[in-house]
Amino acid sequence: MATKPTSSRSQVKGLSPKEYQAIAKQHEPRKNILTNCLKAFLVGGAICLIGQCIQQFFMSYFDMTTKEAGNPTVAVLIFISVVVTSLGLYDKLAQWAGAGSAVPVTGFANSMCSAAIEHKAEGMVLGLAANMFKLAGAVIVFGVVAAFLVGIVHIIFGLNGVH
Amino acid sequence: MIFLWAFLIGGLFCVVGQLMFDVLKLTPAHTMSTLVVVGALMDALGWYDPLVEFAGAGASVPITSFGNALVHGALTELQRDGWIGVVTGIFDVTSAGISSAIIFSFFAAVLVKPKG
Repeated sequence: MATKPTSSRSQVKGLSPKEYQAIAKQHEPRKNILTNCLKAFLVGGAICLIGQCIQQFFMSYFDMTTKEAGNPTVAVLIFISVVVTSLGLYDKLAQWAGAGSAVPVTGFANSMCSAAIEHKAEGMVLGLAANMFKLAGAVIVFGVVAAFLVGIVHIIFGLNGVH
Repeated sequence: MIFLWAFLIGGLFCVVGQLMFDVLKLTPAHTMSTLVVVGALMDALGWYDPLVEFAGAGASVPITSFGNALVHGALTELQRDGWIGVVTGIFDVTSAGISSAIIFSFFAAVLVKPKG
């Protein structure tokens, strides 16, 4: 660390690319996959738990079935996510939780909301609106294509949507 | 009990996503797109409904449920209206999620000043 610049330069010169890569790899910040997974598990689980509480609320106070409660639950989660994103807190959570905050539907809303806020300065149409689907667009495109193909398979094999 | 399963199954979906980030070195966009397709395929095989029954929000909150809902809409309208239902039904179930995400994000972006 504290070597003189001249000596460290000559050291680098004497290294073969392979040696250099080996040393660079040693000094790479080590991602602890296990810790990351634990964090993702805790935060993701907690978000789903909150979702379950909201769903239970709709079911017991508005007399909804599990299926009927699904849409309002998702809408409330998205609303919460947008508020938290607007306060700048979702990004902080995401840094700690990784996929734990990205995989739930709140992450989907966060990606749309933060992209819209970030590009607002470029204008309402070309900035805010056009960039909203930067990440969400990929998710929607692949989801829709997959659903379409499943439908086609059903038509070809005469399953007619029974599932 | 459903609360515990919601936590565990929801957490498990996120661990899968984290492994795709860390081990497979996928970008968030690739990870999310893959998970949506996985959800769509799971519903096509008839696995997703039992999972929602079992884990509640643990299965309906992760992004995989978005794929499940897309397939669900397509197949339900295919059954009811014939082949055109595949196209008309895709956004049937997911409309609430996508519409509310667009509406809330729009107004938030109008109101909030970007940082930095």
